[in-house]
Formats: sequence, C-alpha cells, structure tokens
Amino acid sequence: MNKKVNNSFSNDQLLNFYKKMFLIRKFEEKAAQLYGAGKIGGFCHLYIGQEAVVIGILSSINSEDTVITAYRDHGHILARGVDPKLVMSELTGRKDGISKGKGGSMHMFSKANRFYGGHGIVGAQVPLGVGIGFAHKYRNEKKISRVYLGDGAMSNGQVFEAFNLASLWELPVLFIIENNKYGMGTSIGRSAAGGELFERATVFGIKGEKVDGMNFFNVSESAIRAREYIKKNSKPYIIEMDTYRFRGHSMSDPGLYRTKDEVNKMKEIDPVLMMKESLLNDYKIQEAKIKDIESDIKSQIKDVEKFSLESPLPELKELYTEVYL
Amino acid sequence: MKILLPALSPTMETGNLVKWLVKEGDNVVSGDILAEIETDKATMELESPDDGKVEKILVKEGTENISVNTEIALLKVDGEEIEEISEKPSEISSQVSSNGSDTATTEVKISMNSLLNQTKENLEAKNWSEKEITMREALNQAIEEEMNLDKDVFLLGEEVAEYDGAYKVTQGLLDKFGSKRVLDTPISEHGFTGLAIGAAMAGLKPICEFMTFNFSMQAIDQIVNSAAKSLYMSGGEINVPIVFRGPNGAAARVGAQHSQCFISWFSHIPGLIVIAPSNARDAKGLLKSSIRNPNPVVFLEHELLYKEKTNVPEENDFLIPIGKGNLIKEGKDVTIIGFSMSVQRILNALPSIEKLGISPDIIDLRSIKPLDEELIHKSVKKTNRVVIVEDGFGSTSFGSHLSYLIQSNCFDFLDSEIIKVSGKDVPMPYAENLEKLALPTTDEIVSAVKKVSYIN
Repeated sequence: MNKKVNNSFSNDQLLNFYKKMFLIRKFEEKAAQLYGAGKIGGFCHLYIGQEAVVIGILSSINSEDTVITAYRDHGHILARGVDPKLVMSELTGRKDGISKGKGGSMHMFSKANRFYGGHGIVGAQVPLGVGIGFAHKYRNEKKISRVYLGDGAMSNGQVFEAFNLASLWELPVLFIIENNKYGMGTSIGRSAAGGELFERATVFGIKGEKVDGMNFFNVSESAIRAREYIKKNSKPYIIEMDTYRFRGHSMSDPGLYRTKDEVNKMKEIDPVLMMKESLLNDYKIQEAKIKDIESDIKSQIKDVEKFSLESPLPELKELYTEVYL
Repeated sequence: MKILLPALSPTMETGNLVKWLVKEGDNVVSGDILAEIETDKATMELESPDDGKVEKILVKEGTENISVNTEIALLKVDGEEIEEISEKPSEISSQVSSNGSDTATTEVKISMNSLLNQTKENLEAKNWSEKEITMREALNQAIEEEMNLDKDVFLLGEEVAEYDGAYKVTQGLLDKFGSKRVLDTPISEHGFTGLAIGAAMAGLKPICEFMTFNFSMQAIDQIVNSAAKSLYMSGGEINVPIVFRGPNGAAARVGAQHSQCFISWFSHIPGLIVIAPSNARDAKGLLKSSIRNPNPVVFLEHELLYKEKTNVPEENDFLIPIGKGNLIKEGKDVTIIGFSMSVQRILNALPSIEKLGISPDIIDLRSIKPLDEELIHKSVKKTNRVVIVEDGFGSTSFGSHLSYLIQSNCFDFLDSEIIKVSGKDVPMPYAENLEKLALPTTDEIVSAVKKVSYIN
C-alpha cells in the first residue's frame, strides 16, 4: 500500500510525526468519551480520520509560519505544539483552558505557537488567513500563512473574494482544502457543481493540486512543493486534500447521510495505521520503538484527562473580562 | 443659451470654477470641455450642452463657492436669440436652497464652531495652534498623522487610493504613503474586511474604509463574529486593532439602500467601540484615538458633515478620549441629546426652543459605546427633562436603550416622560419632501421639547 517516497526526513523525525498523529487520535477518542460522560458540552467536532493532513502539512512548516482553520481545530492546535492539557481543559470549559474556558471547542488560539484559531463561521477564516498573509508580506517576513478550509466552505462567497485578493496582491498563502466529502450531512455531490474543488481557485490564477490526504507522505511531499512554490514566486497556492472523517460532523450527528459500509471501507485506509505500517515496513523502524511512543501517548492522555477535570471552573468575574483590551 | 453651474454630486450645493478651457469667441461643439469644476467630492469637467460660440464668460476662473445653478457663461447657439443675463439668482437656485433648509447645515443659525470654542473641554485644552478646516480635511489629517507616527497603520478600501477617495477623505494619501500602505480594493467588502481583520490579528493596524456603511452589511459577519468577539473567545490572546470608517446615515436623496444609520446595529455588539462625531474637531481627535486603540472601532461619519468647518488643532498629540461626551451648550431646563448629524438638527431647532424661553443642555455624545453616562446623568439630574434625537429608525433603536438607561439611573429626578425623536420606520424615500419627513425634523424636536416642558 505504502511505499517509501523520497523525503529528507530522518527516522526520528518520522517517528515524531507519527507520535503527533497518534496523539491527535488518542486525544480525540478521549474527547469523545468525555463528551459522552457530559464533561464536554456544546459542539465538539472530532478530527479522527484526517490526521495525515495536518501532520503532513506540519512537516513543511517553519516554526514562524502561521496557521488558521475553522471549527474542527483540536488536531490543528495540537499539531502546532500547544500543550494537550490546555486544549482538553478548554473542551471541559475550565480555567486552565487555552482560552480560559471562554472559547470552547471551536475557539482556541495561541500567538506563541502561531495559531490564529479556531473559527466557527464556515468560510470566515479564509479572508482572515489571507489577511495574516498580507501582514507577513507587509512586514517583509519570510512567512507563509496556512489557511485550512473544508469542502463545505468551498461554496461560500467570501472564500472566492479571498482567493481573488490573495492572487491579486500576491500574498504568501497556502490554502488547504480538507475535503472530507461532507459539509455536515450534505455530500459534495449535493453541494458543489462543476469539477474539482481546487479548480475553483485556479481561475483566479492560483496554482494548485489534489492530493491523497489519507497518506502522510503524499501530503508532506505536496506541502513541501507548495512551500517552495510560494517562496519562489511570492504567490498563493492551493492543495485539495482527499480525506475523510471517521466520526460524525459533531458529536450529535446521527450519520444518516452515509452508510456504515462506506465508513468501514474508508477505515481500511486509516491514516494513522498506514503511517505505522509504512514506518515498520518501508523504513524498518523497530516495532518496540513505536510501541513505546504509543504507550507514552496513552499515559499522557490519562494525565491530560485528569488535569482537564481537576482544573477549576473559571472565576465568575471572568464573565466581564477581555471584552475590551 | 445660459450655461449654469450644474450639481455634480448628490450633496453639492456650491462649486469652484477651477479653470476655463475655452475663451469668449471660441466655437465649440456639443461635448467639448468648457471648464473644470471642483465639487465637494472631485474635480469634474463641464461639457458644452450644444454646438455654438462662447458668447460671454460670466464667472472668472478661480472663483469659489459658486451656488449650483448660477449662470457662468452664455453660449450662442445657431438660430437662438441671446438671452438676457438675470440680475437676480435664478428661481431654481433659490428654490433649492430653501428646500434644503432642514437637512442642509448652511442655514444653521448657531455655529458649531462658536459653541465648541466655549465648551469646558476647549477652555481647559492646551494652547494648540488651530486652523478652521472641514471635517473631511480633519479626518484626512488624522489618518496622515497616525500613518506618519506608526508604520503598522495602513488604509484600504474601495477608491481610497488612485481616485483620492469617493468623498475625498483620503485625498493625497497615496502620493504620501505609496501603494503598499494605501490600497484600492476590489468591490469585495466581505473579503477585504476579513483580510483587514486578519491583518489586525497578526498585529497590523488597518483603517478599513467603507465607501458608505451601507456596504458594511456585506461584511457584517466579519465585523461582529471575527473582529468583535476574538479577544473574548481567545481568553485575551487575540486582539483586533482596527478602525472601520466611512459615511453613515442619510446623505441627500440617494434612496433606501444608501441611506441608513447603523449606530443601533453596531452599538448592540459587545467588543465593538462605536464613535459618531458631529464636527471636524471631534472627528480628528477621535479618529486619532481610534487608530491608537487596541480594539475594533466602528467610526461612523456623515456625508453632510464632511464640508462643515470648525477650529481643529494641528498637533500630533491632539486626541479626544473615547467615551467622553461633550456638553456643547449649557442650560438648565431640558437635556437634549444627539450625536453625529442629529446634533446639527438640534442646533437647527435651537433658535425656536430659545424663543420659548427654554434654555437647554445640549449633549453631543460623540462616543456611543462606551457611553458617557456620567455626563448624561449629571445633566438630567439638573434639568429633569430629556429629549433624544437620532437619525436611525426608532424601532429597537440606540435612543430607546439610552432612554432606558436614563430612567433606570435618574428615575427620581425625571419630571416628565423621556421623548425620543427618531427617523421614521420606513425605508428612506427618494422624493425630497418625503426624505425630509423621514428624518427628525425641526418641528418634531421643538414639539418634543415643548411636551417634556408641559408647554402647549
């Protein structure tokens, strides 16, 4: 299934990428459990199934580069290196949450880790991310703004305005469509006319491609190609990731719009398992090393859970803070 | 044939004759450029309406403030008798100026400038070097000064650069700062507003111009959901230092989709600061404070006030603090509260109010959110009577909220109901008489003052 593709990563680096994918998977499984137990409220959109996208892109990112995404953001903020304890405490709505318990699942940010959210209105993060790219160019920073959007956002008007501005003003922006095939319960076939989604950006003069988003190596290769293109040409680029979410749109999704067979078939190309197989078979990494990583993560998640449940609720006076600076 | 100075914009009342491009005796054909006319918005070319000979030039080039419909030249057209030159201004001309009396501010008996000069704030102010300039120039100065002081400040919007601004507020800024910092956008409010907010999240300080605030509705989600809420929902991590500015409210006969006051909309939103100045001095001091503020500021200007002049300090350090209202006239009998254009409407009504023997406190709020409640309460506790004047629709309006705040804080001090004079709850009509009626009128303001004073 996998084969070793050309890349310059050491085995340690690859193991580290696997560790991050595994962390996201286990974190999200724990979030699902805590949601079921009533410890997490509101909306909770899990990233399970899409881990290769965020970690593949991460493999091309300089620590100074910026990232912005929509509401399915747990995996993104974890990939950016924010402490999982702070992320889980945000989900449990506690004082130690990354947004002090005032944002919730969809609204997490970390300037120190160059992560600009966490936005709940479909499509709105796209002009914002183009604006972050504008700031990079304005200040002559050699940074790239990575802007994630879903297949659903690709039918949202402001996204096209953002494509036009990014191309017109030659901004250093990488658009990443996470095409998981469904905008909530509506399949792309029922929402998007025409051809491939990324082609909707190419009409603005933005170069792009479609990539197997279930495979870390393919994502990484394409992300590095995009990075070099943007640096060389000072122009935006778009990658459409063919991916899939194994869980519902949110925790309250009855899943009536797709069959169990379809989901099970996609689980055969589980990105986390495929990455593991490749490390074992193509890179000849010892299984024991991988097992160690996995058990580290599992025990870390236990600590994360404990922390997020022990952290106190925000103080009541926090209601009125941070409305204005 | 008489060549009259034409109205070249909806709000143009006078123009300047910059240059004649023909001289007496020249033969012209229809469409030839006769002269350059400077309006309140731009310098425009005046075309010959017919073929003929330029018989006489009646207004010299360089003449300023020529009323619309003034005869400026005579054209001898074949087969037409030369008309007599009117001694008096034409009938049409005088009709226009009298019809405009309620909305136009030219006939204001009480000058804003003289009132401002007597305010406590100005009497206590530093001895600045001042110059009498228009609100348009004051806003331009504020932007220029702040752009000079802080390289993170930049300006974007439709026609702000090469066109010199649809209302000339941004005139000359492209030449001074270049296209990196003064950017013409496509007609794409949702996109460029989001872009500006994103740039602010990343630490820049954008001034995002809406050609008029009517178009900000295209971007309302970005203003409300992205700009206003990010600080709170990020637990203080992400602030959005941005100014959204442009003309708000009804200009002059531009119809329902271009004539709406959005003060009630924006002041409803926690996280936004909302400013609505009534004069050039406040406009400059408050815009400078807004650009320096780390929060999103909605800065609502008014097209009809752009040409109005007051004394304005020329100093970089001249700031008016956000959240401070101004008692522009001190009285004792009734508190009349306005902001932006409604302050002018109150001043239009003032002579009639004073004729009744009533001496009002007039408060110009300037800042809608945060609101200077202390100033309001102090005045109401003195006068015991309140009239609120607002251009916006009366239904669920800012004025309604203001009257709630006053009754809950000053209940025991009120000797009368609070009366709110608002815009009527109808889309703005086009016809001149109906538009005038749709906005707060002088009669309504005077009647409200009489009613709270129990005068029949």
